[in-house]
Amino acid sequence: MIKVEGLTKRYARTVAVDDISFEVEKGQIVGFLGPNGAGKTTTMRVLTCFLPPTAGTANVAGFDVLEQPLEVKKRIGYLPETPPLYPDMEVAEYLTFVGRLKGLANVDVPKRVSEVCDRCAIADVKTKIIGKLSKGYRQRVGLAQAILHNPDVLVLDEPTSGLDPKQIIETRELIRSLAGDHTIILSTHILSEVEHSCERVIIINQGRLVAQDTVVNLTNRLRGSESVAVEVGAATGDLNHAEVRQRLEQVTGVSRVVLKDTKDKRCSFEVESLQGRSIRAEVARAVVTAGWDLNELRPVGFSLEDIFLQLTASEKAEKKVEEKKEDEKPAEAKV
Amino acid sequence: MRNVLVIFKKELKSYFASPIAYLLLAIFAVIFGFFFYSATRFFVLQGMQMQMMGRGMPMDVNEYVIRPLLTNASVIGLFLIPMITMRLYAEEKRSGTIELLMTSPVRDLEIVLGKWLSALVLYISILGISGINLAILFAFGRPDWKPILVGYLGLILQGGCLLAIGTFISTMTKNQIIAGGATFAVCLMLWVLDWVSAYDQSAWAKVVSYLSVVTHFEPFSKGVIDSKDVIFYLSMIFFGLFLTTRSVESLRWRA
Repeated sequence: MIKVEGLTKRYARTVAVDDISFEVEKGQIVGFLGPNGAGKTTTMRVLTCFLPPTAGTANVAGFDVLEQPLEVKKRIGYLPETPPLYPDMEVAEYLTFVGRLKGLANVDVPKRVSEVCDRCAIADVKTKIIGKLSKGYRQRVGLAQAILHNPDVLVLDEPTSGLDPKQIIETRELIRSLAGDHTIILSTHILSEVEHSCERVIIINQGRLVAQDTVVNLTNRLRGSESVAVEVGAATGDLNHAEVRQRLEQVTGVSRVVLKDTKDKRCSFEVESLQGRSIRAEVARAVVTAGWDLNELRPVGFSLEDIFLQLTASEKAEKKVEEKKEDEKPAEAKV
Repeated sequence: MRNVLVIFKKELKSYFASPIAYLLLAIFAVIFGFFFYSATRFFVLQGMQMQMMGRGMPMDVNEYVIRPLLTNASVIGLFLIPMITMRLYAEEKRSGTIELLMTSPVRDLEIVLGKWLSALVLYISILGISGINLAILFAFGRPDWKPILVGYLGLILQGGCLLAIGTFISTMTKNQIIAGGATFAVCLMLWVLDWVSAYDQSAWAKVVSYLSVVTHFEPFSKGVIDSKDVIFYLSMIFFGLFLTTRSVESLRWRA
């Protein structure tokens, strides 16, 4: 649906985006992740035909952004970082204007407007002046504007910025409900957002692509070993945590056991495996055969925070990932 | 064409939804009203003096009242036009709504035309207020209506060309005050350029004074449609809108 090749955008003195290539399949939600100033907004502006690329090509729904911008614009819905709202218009009036501007037939406009108002939960403020709405409502009006003409591709620049936690959850749910019909690219510098809503992540830093993969793969790639959180309890009698620890260390494939917490009859550990070993079943068996209760056994995900810091912290880390990526490419091709 | 209309309606609505339009209408009504009062008082006084001196020469309302009034209307327009155009692009750039316009399936020229037309319609409706004053003249006298129509045509053409220049200047900045100030300076300059003809008769001076919008308004105020003046105004409008479109396109490259 979206195909970007060698995209470069240079401003007078700075290179905002440097030779980025990626592809997005139809119906996917892709997270665009990077610190502030990484080039996320610039890339999105190129995709929406707001800025022309300095070099490289960007293709949306089969149309090139430079050759056929009108066709691209018809198929794309865009929510910029600050929602493009006219403060002295009413919500319904504004959406009607946008609908006509996006090329909806006049007869369809009222129907679509009430549909998106319901979908974005702004039906109750339809007749209010936009300038008097709260930040959360404005953001949702912005989102309504983006999906109004039912575009194939949705480009959302930090859709949850400035919202309160409840609104963030609602917005994420809304975005997830839009996937399938729409291909969505959303940018954020909040990592948990990507973990929650996206299938794939594209990480950029200082204008360059650092990594792109599914959230799961990215986690696995950066950590060869498995990490398991274990909570052990004793049904009767006392529980000696040193004893439990010793037992766990004896399980084959375990490289390290770290005591996390102890309460009177429970203690929890984080158990790390050797490279490429799966230890969950062994650990469970060991605990049960020793006569203790297994209260919890849970794989510890590698949080995107860690990935992100690793990837963006130093040039060294970047190179490492690129090497790894090259190692993995043939494997991906086989699949 | 539909897109032009969509933009046009939105712009016109936002003029009349905010106090701008009413403020401009009020300013024009007051100032033009004052000019009208002065012109008619003077006309009546002169008429009485003429009769007392025994010279019963009939005085021409068109020549002594309406013509100076139309010229005055165009001067008021000079002050109002920057206030009409300054927001057109500067406001969109400041608030970020320019991103909506430029990522919608609409050509740059269509946006420019829509915005310029809405400014022109506001300008025409401001001029429309002077119709009330002229109606009074028709109620008490018998002015010739044809030169008046020609005069209004001149006002509209002149306004259209200054509005096109104002729209162009508005694309160059995010700041409405700067847009308004610069437009006012340019309009004023185009106004006073013909003063050179008073002290200089060289070819250079002729060219400069030809560029003045006033030189081309004179025949209209007399009720004369000269194709040379119509072409001047139309080409200025075309040129202004062309520059605006180019400037909007360049926003993408410079942004």
